[in-house]
Amino acid sequence: MAGGRRKKNFLRKLYSFSCGKASLDEDHSQIGGPGFSRIAFANDPDCFEATNLGYPANYVSTTKYSLATFFPKALFEQFRRVANIYFLVTGCLSFTPLAPYSAVSAILPLIIVIGVTMAKEAVEDWRRYQQDNEMNNRKVKVHRGDATFDDTEWKNLRVGDVVKVEKDNFFPADLLLLSSSYEDAICYVETMNLDGETNLKLKQSLEVTSNLQDDSNFRHFKAVVRCEDPNANLYTFVGSLEYQDQQYPLSPQQLLLRDSKLRNTDYVYGVVIFTGHDTKVMQNATNPPSKRSKIERKMDKIIYFLLFSLVLISTVGSIFFGIATDDDIENHRMKRWYLRPDDTTIFYKPSEAAVAALLHFLTAMMLYSYFIPISLYVSIEIVKVLQTIFINNDHEMYHEESDKPAHARTSNLNEELGQVDTILSDKTGTLTCNSMEFIKCSIAGTAYGLGVTEVEKAMARRKGSPLLYEPDVEEEGHRDNNKPAVKGFNFTDNRVMNGNWVNEPHADIIQKFFRLLAICHTAIPETDDESGKISYEAESPDEAAFVIAASELGFQFYQRTQTNISIHELDPLSGKTVERSYRLLNILEFNSTRKRMSVIVRDEEGKLLLLSKGADNVMFERLAKDGRKFEDKTKEHMHNYADAGLRTLVLAYRELDEDEYAVFNEKFTEAKNSVSADRDEKVEEAADSIERDLILLGATAVEDKLQNGVPECIDKLAQAGIKIWVLTGDKMETAINIGFACSLLRQGMKQIIITLESPEIKLLEKDGNKDAIFKASKESVIHQITEGRKMTSSSDSQSFALIIDGKSLAYALEDNVKNLFLQLAVTCASVICCRSSPKQKALVTRLVKEGTGKVTLGIGDGANDVGMLQEADIGIGISGVEGMQAVMSSDVAIAQFRFLERLLLVHGHWCYRRIASMV
Amino acid sequence: MNNNGAGSSSGSGDASPARRNSKRPKYSRFTQQELPACKPILTPQWVISVFTLVGIIFVPIGVAALLASNDVVEIIDRYDAVCVPQNMTNDKVGYIQNDAIDKTCTRRIKVPKDMNQPIYVYYQLDNFYQNHRRYVKSRNDGQLRDRSKENDTSGCDPEKTTSNGVPIVPCGLIAWSLFNDTYNFTRGNKALTVNTTDISWKSDRDHKFGDDVFPKNFQNGNLTGGKKLDPNKPLSQQEDLIVWMRTAALPTFRKLYGRIEVDLKENDTITVTLKNYYNTYSFSGKKKLVLSTTSWLGGKNNFLGIAYLTVGGLCFFLATTFTVVYLVKPR
Repeated sequence: MAGGRRKKNFLRKLYSFSCGKASLDEDHSQIGGPGFSRIAFANDPDCFEATNLGYPANYVSTTKYSLATFFPKALFEQFRRVANIYFLVTGCLSFTPLAPYSAVSAILPLIIVIGVTMAKEAVEDWRRYQQDNEMNNRKVKVHRGDATFDDTEWKNLRVGDVVKVEKDNFFPADLLLLSSSYEDAICYVETMNLDGETNLKLKQSLEVTSNLQDDSNFRHFKAVVRCEDPNANLYTFVGSLEYQDQQYPLSPQQLLLRDSKLRNTDYVYGVVIFTGHDTKVMQNATNPPSKRSKIERKMDKIIYFLLFSLVLISTVGSIFFGIATDDDIENHRMKRWYLRPDDTTIFYKPSEAAVAALLHFLTAMMLYSYFIPISLYVSIEIVKVLQTIFINNDHEMYHEESDKPAHARTSNLNEELGQVDTILSDKTGTLTCNSMEFIKCSIAGTAYGLGVTEVEKAMARRKGSPLLYEPDVEEEGHRDNNKPAVKGFNFTDNRVMNGNWVNEPHADIIQKFFRLLAICHTAIPETDDESGKISYEAESPDEAAFVIAASELGFQFYQRTQTNISIHELDPLSGKTVERSYRLLNILEFNSTRKRMSVIVRDEEGKLLLLSKGADNVMFERLAKDGRKFEDKTKEHMHNYADAGLRTLVLAYRELDEDEYAVFNEKFTEAKNSVSADRDEKVEEAADSIERDLILLGATAVEDKLQNGVPECIDKLAQAGIKIWVLTGDKMETAINIGFACSLLRQGMKQIIITLESPEIKLLEKDGNKDAIFKASKESVIHQITEGRKMTSSSDSQSFALIIDGKSLAYALEDNVKNLFLQLAVTCASVICCRSSPKQKALVTRLVKEGTGKVTLGIGDGANDVGMLQEADIGIGISGVEGMQAVMSSDVAIAQFRFLERLLLVHGHWCYRRIASMV
Repeated sequence: MNNNGAGSSSGSGDASPARRNSKRPKYSRFTQQELPACKPILTPQWVISVFTLVGIIFVPIGVAALLASNDVVEIIDRYDAVCVPQNMTNDKVGYIQNDAIDKTCTRRIKVPKDMNQPIYVYYQLDNFYQNHRRYVKSRNDGQLRDRSKENDTSGCDPEKTTSNGVPIVPCGLIAWSLFNDTYNFTRGNKALTVNTTDISWKSDRDHKFGDDVFPKNFQNGNLTGGKKLDPNKPLSQQEDLIVWMRTAALPTFRKLYGRIEVDLKENDTITVTLKNYYNTYSFSGKKKLVLSTTSWLGGKNNFLGIAYLTVGGLCFFLATTFTVVYLVKPR
């Protein structure tokens, strides 16, 4: 079996070789040219050419200063402050006879102030140095010739070294994957440190090198890698491998990035391509923009004002001094004889009164230097550090479950927390805890699942009609008696549970439905050896919820290889659990433009199946004529689900015939193997060609759990007069429902909805005339905004909520419309932007920040919120499940949304008051 | 009124034993900001009573100070212009610089009220910048204090040495420009003695001016400034110098000349025979002779009393305004 699979693999790959070569030709000119000049001599880092290239070693330093540059650089940093410059000049002058007092008294405070701040810098830098040191001295196995692998420190790696990385270790540099412990040379990589995604990513080496599975293979291994120059783009890589006199194209699929972690794989072999600061991670490392608090900016202004008045006073003083000095001798008669103006130095010479006045000016500048509060900076700095300690140590903001206290990463924004006017919040992972629960489904036009969602509860409360939901309440009572709930699964319906589904009318469709759930995903099962329990590592919590649901309902996915998916499933005829394995042929991946994912599998009977799941709008239009049997029913159910705040996906399938598949496969592989820029488009096109004429199976609904205490927190913040905007990537219905659930929207609030889902626009979209669409959309958006303005201005007693979708937002953010939009938005109590991209989030943040001039606070947890966090006056990262990316770019990190209340209303308030009273 | 800083934090910190390696912050009342704090809340009653209290305290003090100041009898007599002979009024500087002219001048002063001893005699100069940067620095304290530092004249520019390079003691512009008018008082035919000892600070006499330092080469330069000093008297006994060397901060200042230790009666006429030597004409300064008694508050000065009265009055005014506002339109 294994051998056969291998052969098959080879066949498939052979195909890709020819394609690869074809595309290599067009890329060949690029490789070796400007921007693509890097050459790595694999397994031969000592050869003459390699040493000539002079690539840096793998030593990484993130310190700001070195021992030699510390003083000049740190001093330069210090003297960027006006006050410090002033004091330095004063200090220098005080050594001249101009000084009204001794030099020590002028220079000493400056030295103390600068010394303290520089010491702080030095300590911080020392910590960074120690971190680097720890990194640089980590051990990795490197090939020493003669097929022996020795431990060496990371910093000693050179370009071209062959290294062996073992399970759960970090990659020491950017590596080209040669082979792994798996036969098909795949490996799983966790890239949490890079993009904050916790899911595992699959990497696969070239076929030619995949057999280098043993240390001994590397005795005579020789290859040359030519590739692009170091750059910061994590997801692209262009290069070629020259091995055994053959050229093979390389793609990001073969690149293992530094700081990511090897998972689920025993070991991999790789060639070092980028070292040290050339690695993509290091190229990506940018310092977050430094933010300054309002109070600090204000203080700078005050300092400038003081400096100005100082100059003014000195000028006036020296003018009078000049006049008096000039008068001292008149007609050879001394006026103020007691000053002996006849026998004097330049400083008081009546004959050169102008010069004397000028010199007096300098003296006066020194004399009045007490105007500039030099110690204020230091005192403020100390107070802020103390406040940071208070924030970090607050028990009220410590999250027991995740063992995470609050962490203020920068101290200079503490007091801004007390002045926040607008909060821009992400939804997923921030308001909600980003754990999905499979709660309902609609199969073949029948709705299953009796669970009650948070939103439904909120709605019930809102409508005051408990009658409708009584059965559910009962059901809830039942559930408590049931076995302990599985995480991510909150589905109760006796019609389908415990294998009862075989008796339902559409049993075959139900079977297909759950089978699809079990197959169509990219999750990886991990079997716990002791308990035999299977846990899943999935790309998104939705997927995990699906796989768990399928396994709870009798379709347990338990094994995945590169080509096969194995499932324990219930056979409806015999009623027994049978093992089935499906050969995985292609995965058409999910992305935000496609909004769907499909897999093509061959089942044990040899039938080719395309299994597909995706968002409703893309899926419904891809259904076959005869596959729309349950469309209306399903749509209705989905509408209900969306109303209940659930995330829905449509499931559909299709049987393929061999010819059709062959044509597709050719097209698809070609697209996949092309290295050109339009590769993605080609892949999409190929996928598009096959994902049609689908047969509808049903729809799923998962609930996005709200975090603890979110509604209460939002209530309190709203009471404090803070506006809350939610920027989410979700559907409008979901967003609105979440809004209700977390009391952002209330009954009696008038909703202004701006959307482009109107029939006229849709009609235009069908025509495909882009200009016309653009024009019409913009007009429609402007029209809707002005309508909204009218509404808000006509009645002032009512509170309004603005809901806008991503498409309209794109138009609303255009230069000439955005002010109009902002005017409308600020009059509304809450604003929800749905379907917004990370870029739009940042743009909205900037609009609010610059448009209103008030303090904005961004809060989010994922990599998609980074832009927003950096743009906002204060960025707050939720150190939750979506990795550390947001936290790294935030100013304050907290574990839960509800801590925001305390952070803002208690700490922010106190910090502001204390700083203010100190200044 | 006491606002417990704990506020919203209810003792979540106690109990719950921290797990091992937990990042849970350590609990202390300081880090949790639960220390008791006191913060006055300004209620109307509170504000009004504080203002009233301040007013009650301040107004009597102000009244007392004013009364004390009014008790002080002060006679001021300006003599710089009057003492110039009629024919010289157009060239006062020429007059003062001409050593040949006799500078004696007689003034009669009528005592307006009874004056109890001691009566302080001051001279008051006007438009004289003892606070000029050059002037203030032009002295050497070491030299004044210590005989062994006699030759140390650093900082004394331009009155360091005589033209032939011998160091001057005491050096510097201040000493050089010492005030040199003299006053003699007579009542009827009887001379009133003016006690010129104990007019300087005791600490100055004991510590700043040495009793073994004698004036040397003083006023021997080509330009004579002010008074000449007796080279046989140590500096610590030259009290007029010591007084002069305490430079004044403002261009108008009084310096103590001496004390008359006899009571003066109302309508007594005092004849002052003065030697008008000191040149204030070149910088058009005034010279005045001041006789004054003292009260427990010092010399005549209404400012303190007025200041107290103003603040006290203001407080009363605010207190009543607030009361009215509070009664008429309570919040």
